[in-house]
This record gives sequence, structure tokens and C-alpha cells, in this order.
Amino acid sequence: MSQNILNTLSILIPVLPLAGFLIHILFKDKISEKLAGVHATAWIIVSFVLTVVLFAHVRSNGAIHVQLFDWFAAGDMHIPFALQIDQLSVVMMMVITGIGSMIHMYSIGYMHGDAGFNRFFSYLNLFIFFMLMLVMANNYVLMFVGWEGVGLCSYLLIGFWFKNPEYNKAANKAFIMNRIGDLAMLLGLFLLFQYAGTLTFDGVAARFNPSSPEYFVPDSGMVNAITLLLFIGACGKSAQIPLYTWLPDAMAGPTPVSALIHAATMVTAGIYMIVRSNLMFSEAELTLQIITVVGLVTSIFAGAIALQQNDIKKVLAYSTVSQLGLMFFAIGVGAYDAAMFHLITHAFFKALLFLSAGSVIHGMGGEQDIRKMGGLRSYMKITHWVFGFGVLAIMAVPPFSGFFSKDSILVSAYHVSPVLWVLGLFAGLFTAYYMMRLYAVVFQGAPRMTEHVRAHIHESPRVITIPLMVLCALSILGGVINLPHIFGGNTMLTHWLEEIVPVHAHELAVSTELTLMGIASVAIFGVIFLAHRKYRVRQEVPVEDSEIHGINKVLNHKFYVDELYEAVIVKPLRMFSDFLYKIFDLKVVDGIVNGMGQLVQYASTQLRYMQTGTVSFYLFAMAIGMGAIVLLIYLM
Amino acid sequence: MTQVFFYGLSALAIASSLMMLFQRNPMYSVLYLLVCFFSVAGLYIMLNAQFLAVVHIIVYAGAIMVLFLYVLMFLNLNVQQHFSKSNMLRLAAMLTGGGLFLLLFSAFYQTELVVMPDPMNENVGSVQTLGKVLFNDYLIPFELTSILFLSAMVGVVIINKKEQTNG
Amino acid sequence: MDNTLSQQLQVIPLENYVMLSIILFCIGVIGILMRRNLIVVFLSIELMLNAINLMAASFSAYHNDPAGQAFVFFIMVVAAAEVAVGLAMLVMIYRNTKSIDINALNRLKW
Repeated sequence: MSQNILNTLSILIPVLPLAGFLIHILFKDKISEKLAGVHATAWIIVSFVLTVVLFAHVRSNGAIHVQLFDWFAAGDMHIPFALQIDQLSVVMMMVITGIGSMIHMYSIGYMHGDAGFNRFFSYLNLFIFFMLMLVMANNYVLMFVGWEGVGLCSYLLIGFWFKNPEYNKAANKAFIMNRIGDLAMLLGLFLLFQYAGTLTFDGVAARFNPSSPEYFVPDSGMVNAITLLLFIGACGKSAQIPLYTWLPDAMAGPTPVSALIHAATMVTAGIYMIVRSNLMFSEAELTLQIITVVGLVTSIFAGAIALQQNDIKKVLAYSTVSQLGLMFFAIGVGAYDAAMFHLITHAFFKALLFLSAGSVIHGMGGEQDIRKMGGLRSYMKITHWVFGFGVLAIMAVPPFSGFFSKDSILVSAYHVSPVLWVLGLFAGLFTAYYMMRLYAVVFQGAPRMTEHVRAHIHESPRVITIPLMVLCALSILGGVINLPHIFGGNTMLTHWLEEIVPVHAHELAVSTELTLMGIASVAIFGVIFLAHRKYRVRQEVPVEDSEIHGINKVLNHKFYVDELYEAVIVKPLRMFSDFLYKIFDLKVVDGIVNGMGQLVQYASTQLRYMQTGTVSFYLFAMAIGMGAIVLLIYLM
Repeated sequence: MTQVFFYGLSALAIASSLMMLFQRNPMYSVLYLLVCFFSVAGLYIMLNAQFLAVVHIIVYAGAIMVLFLYVLMFLNLNVQQHFSKSNMLRLAAMLTGGGLFLLLFSAFYQTELVVMPDPMNENVGSVQTLGKVLFNDYLIPFELTSILFLSAMVGVVIINKKEQTNG
Repeated sequence: MDNTLSQQLQVIPLENYVMLSIILFCIGVIGILMRRNLIVVFLSIELMLNAINLMAASFSAYHNDPAGQAFVFFIMVVAAAEVAVGLAMLVMIYRNTKSIDINALNRLKW
């Protein structure tokens, strides 16, 4: 394929969704709902097809670099506007456009009849554009554009039903939380530029690659500072402690948004960014330790909170936070390929779970409280099945996709320390428990909804179920993309990413690995059994909020983190602002401003009397003034 | 001979302007000023600026002074009017004017005036030279004066027309 | 002959012309300040303008520079326009106040 065609294809991939967005903007309400949904979806599908073409090309010919133009240059700084489609970004692009097109299609059914239907699709298209820019950029600055762009779209979509002030607050919260992270990210980029003198991915990688001529021995303090700042940025975007609280609130947006942005793609941008800079992060010992701890703590913490949530989307949201924590955990132990693997499988099954949850909500007429559901398996058969498979996948039950990706993370953790393996498994057990609970309470047992709602429960239309089935298939089979050797696979993904992520080949003994898997699986099955007995056999239903006591109450209130932030950060900030407003602004600033006005007013009141109205007086004043000027010149 | 002319014209100019100042009747003031202008025109001729002198006569004596006289007759202002008199005012005027004079004089006294060799070249004041200067170096200001005149004309018409509608 | 004329004219020094201009100018200033008749005030302004014109013309002559005389033309132009507008206003003032005393305009105050 000639370079020209390649360039055109590469540019078209992000431009098509942008075109879709522009069409929506230009023809706002002139196009019908049906047409709007179909064409918005079509752009993404075309992008997906093009991505597959590029994938084939990258597979045989290696990375594609598309130099468009110099974006800006100042001093030593040259930021190109260039795309880089290599092994890593093409995988991300496939996930984004693939799952994105599924979710677009799903949204046609889900958003049907909504007043903001066209607006919704315009935002979705814009989001895909920015997300593609994020992963296709060849430098940090352009990536940051996409990074901010997806943040904007996330804000717009969380607050999509902007008439509800709660939703707007959630959108603001997400935006502000991200802003904190972005600030750190920017600082990190400044430092990085100062340190490495370049901001292109290749340039930075070359500085940290011992086999490259541009390599220089890293200054560990500096590298730690840079990576730590970048990691804080990733924390904001990927919802890690302490910046995770926006993600559960972000569930205010429509469910497809939760699936696309807050589960499958945007929140994984942090992972992508770190994997992209893995050579640099590998040099930062301290940062990696911090990432390990933060990832692990987030994973367990969010998992624990998910145990006591009663909103179907909130459970999934905390589950997402938990799984993202697991990915960071993988990065922390140096298993970048495992993190990417889990990112992909998680995108499959979490999108599936969110979408089927959306299908449930759709069928229930907007109800999200799992205590008012139950017994849905007989009402929504397809949704029940796909959700079930999604649950199996996320619980890491073999041989579903989640099993392989989690296993590869745990194996990598075992390399570092068996303790980490145990802790990682522990986080996985939480997942198994709350997902089983969710499944059992929603789909099994006796129906608990009101008669009126029950009469209206219906399976969702084809346009919703088809994407579900596709994603279901991916969730079941997703593991094959990185099947480990012991199962006859050849770790395709790891080899695929070799050029970006150097492989540290240290295989465990087959027996050890099998033992570890066995223990993990037995533990997970044990937990599933516990949850099964409690919620399915005994058909326990989560109690009302007022009856929750003890540790459960703490969990139900999400460890009171929001309240803590409110008390520690928001309140003092408010008080400080209040102080500034009342004392500084009202007294000092206004005092100066008003004082100036009063002074001028007073002076002019006095000076006014100079205007006697007597012309002779004016003439005298003029003559004397003229004389004064002459005198002045004369004296000078 | 030249000196006689100069001092004669200067004395005439100063005397007539002072007369203009102290005449009660504005009609006489105008006429005295006319005399003053004629003597200034004579001085222009002594400066070898004949064209300037002619224009001066035409513009001041022919146009401006006639305009004054016309207004005086139009409003019938030569009739003695009562003006509030104030010796204080006179004194202050004299003092201010005298002060200004002293100031200018002392400035003048301390200034060394530069004179070109062979001054009073008659070519400088000729129509030809002035025409070249006006239409080459000062073309744009010259054209702008026509706009000034036009706006003055329009202004005058408007001012008086307004009066008519009000009255 | 011409040469002799300009040589004869040179007998009068530049200082005399400047001095005369200053005197005329100061008389104009005194006139403006002393008289209350608007007509005379206008006349005094004309006198001041003339003094300036005379000064410019004499410098022009003694410096052999026609620019000074060109300026005199412009001053004349402005003076003519000023007189036209000024007299129009004077007429209006007279119609309104039935007086041409400058202090009749004392409504121009705060």
C-alpha cells in the first residue's frame, strides 16, 4: 500500500467521527432521529473497518507514521501534528471503534424517543474523535488534546440530562476531579520536556532505551517526579484513589455513555498513557511502587464498596474502579502487557455488563434500584443470558476472557512477591462476590417490582440485543488473544506489543502456574458459592437503607469518602473563599474601587465651581495658562 | 527712507490697534482695525512678500472686515449699548497683558535670532514660489482647507437655520 | 535694481519685526481681556492672528524659506472660517439674549 493511501486512511479514521459530529451540529434538528442514529453509527463502523485494514498493514509492515504538519514550534520545542499507528495504538483503536460502533448501535435503541437524541449522538461522535486523537497522537501534547477532549465529552454526556441539577453536579464533579489530575499531568509534561528535550513518544522512548544512541542514564529523582505527576494525571482520568469519586457519580449519564466512556475507553486512557511511556516508568522505581499500592488499594477499596451498593449502575461503576485498580496494579508490577490484556477484556465484558444493565433499566422503565428488581430471567431472556456470561467473565471463571487476563496479572504479581499475588486475588474475590450478588438479586428470585412496572417489562429490541450478543461473544472468547503457553496459546498480544513493551521473559514452572490458577479458581468458586447460597438459595434481598448497620453501613456510604472530602477540602475551601469574598473582595477591593469613584466624585464636585459661566474669567484663565506654558518653555 | 517707512507703518499699526481697543463704538473699532491691517499689508511689502500683502488685503479688508460691518449693520449694533464696566477688570486685563508682554519680551531678549545670508530674496514671496510650495509640499493640507471651508459654510447655515425654526 | 531693493529692505533688522509682532499680540490679548463687546473681542482675536502672521512672514523672509508664508495662508484660511462661524454664533447669541455682552453668556455654568 502506498504511503499516500495509508496517510489518507489514517487521517480518515479520526476525521469520520468528526464529520459525523459536524453534520449533527450543522443540521441539528433537520435530520430525523432515525437518520441521525444510523449515520452516526455508520461513521464509526467505517472507521472500524479502516482500523482493521491498518491493523493488517501494521501486522505485516510495522508502525505507520503520518506527519501532517508542524503544529507549533518555539525555541527548542517542536510539536508536530502527527499520527502514529503502531502495535499499541492500533489495538486501542480497534477497541475504541469496535466497541464504540456496538455502543452507537445500541444507543439507537436505548435513546429512542429522547428529546436530545441528535445531541447525544453528536457528543458520542465527538467523543470517538477525541479518543482516537488520544491514542493516535505521536506526542504527548497532541495526546493531551485528546485527553482534554474526552474529558469535555465526558462532562457533556454525564450532564446530558442537564435539567436535573444533581446530574449537573455530577458532571461538574467529574470535570473538576479530572482537572486536578490534568494539572499534575501538565506539570509532568513540562518537567518531561525540560528533562528529555522532546515530547514525541519515540523521542522520549529513545532517551530511556539503553540500546538507543540518545540514551542517557536517568536521573532517578527527576524521572520519579515526572512519572509520579503523570501517574496523578492518570489517576484523575482512570479514577484511582484519591481521585476516583467522580466515576460512580458519573453514572448520572445515559447508560451507553457509562459503557463507552466510563468503562471501556476513556477511563483506560491513563493505562494507555503509562503503557505508552513504559520505558520511562520502568526507570522509576518509587513511582512503580506507588502505582502498585494505589492500584491494589483502589481495587480492594472499591470492591468493598461495591458489596453494599444497591444501584445497579453504581455496583458496576465501583467494579470498574476496582478493575482499573487491578490494571494499575499490573503496571506497578511491571506487567504492561497484562495491563493491556486486562484493559481489552475488561472493555469487552464491562461494556457488555453496562449495556445489559442498560437493557434492564430500559425494560424496567428507568428503575435502577436492584431491590425493586428480581426474577428478571423469565422476562428478559437474552439480557439474562448475556449478563450472565458477562458476570462469569468478570468473576474470572475459567475459561472466560476475564480469567486469562486476571491470571496473567496475578502471575506477574507472583513474580514480584507472593504477597502481592494474595492481595490481588483478594481483590478478585470481592469482584466475584458482588457480581454474583448483583446477578442473583436482579435476575433470580421472585419479582419485587410493582404490578404496574411488571406489566410493562419487555425484552429490548433487536438493535439493543445484537450488540449485546456480539459483546457477549467477545467476552467469552476474548481470552484467546493472549492465551498463555500452558493452554497451548502463544501469548499473541504480548508478542504483538513487543516493540512497545519489551518482554521480560520469565516463565513460571508449569506446575507452579497451574497450582496458582487452581488455588485462585477454587477461592473464586468458594466465594461464588457463598454469594450463591445467600442471595440465590436463601433469596436474601438487600435491606432498606435505614436498616443497614455496622460495617455494611460504612460500605453503603462508600467509606464516607465523599463526606470526608467535603469536610476536609470543600468546606475549608468554601470558608476560605467566603473569607476572601467578605473581607478581601467586599472590603479591600470594593473599598479601593468605590473609594476611587468617591474621590473623583468629590473632587469634581469641588472643581465644578470653577465653571463660573463668566466668559471673561475663562479668557483670563486662558491667557494666564498660555503665559504659564510660555514661561515653562522659556525656563526649560 | 526704508526706516522711515518701517517705523511709520509700525507706529500706525500700533496706534490704530490701540484706538480699536479704546473705541466705544464697535463700528469705529472695525474701521481702526482696517487701518491696522493696511499697515500690516505695507509691512508685508517691505518683507518682499507682495503676494501675501495682496491676499491679506483681499481676505481681511475685503472679506472679513466687510463681514464684521455687515453683521454690525444687520444687528444694528453700532447703537451704544450698555456694558457693565469694571475698573478691576481693566486693571486685571492690563496686568495680564503686560505680564505676558514682559514674558514674551524677555524670552525674545534672550533669544539669538538667526538670519540667513542674503535675505529678502524676492523669489521667496513670489506667486510662483508660493504656488510650488503650496501645491507640492502642502497639497494635502491645502485640499483639506477646502473641506474646512465647506464645513464652516454648512455650520453657519445650520446655526442660523436652527434659529429660524425656533423663532 | 532688485538687488538694491532687497539690500535696502535689509536695513530693518528682524528683531524689529518680531518686536512689533509681540506688541500687536499683547494689545490683542489686552483687548480680549478688557472689552466685553463680543465684536471687539473678535476683532482682537483677528489682531492676534495678524501679529502671528507678521512674525511668520518676517521669519520666512529672513530665512529665505517660503514655507513660513505658506503657513500664513493657512492661518488666513482658518481665520476666515473662524470669523464666519463666530459671527454666525454671535448673531444667534444676540437673537437669544438681545445683547452682545460676553457676560450675558453666564448661563454656561454648572
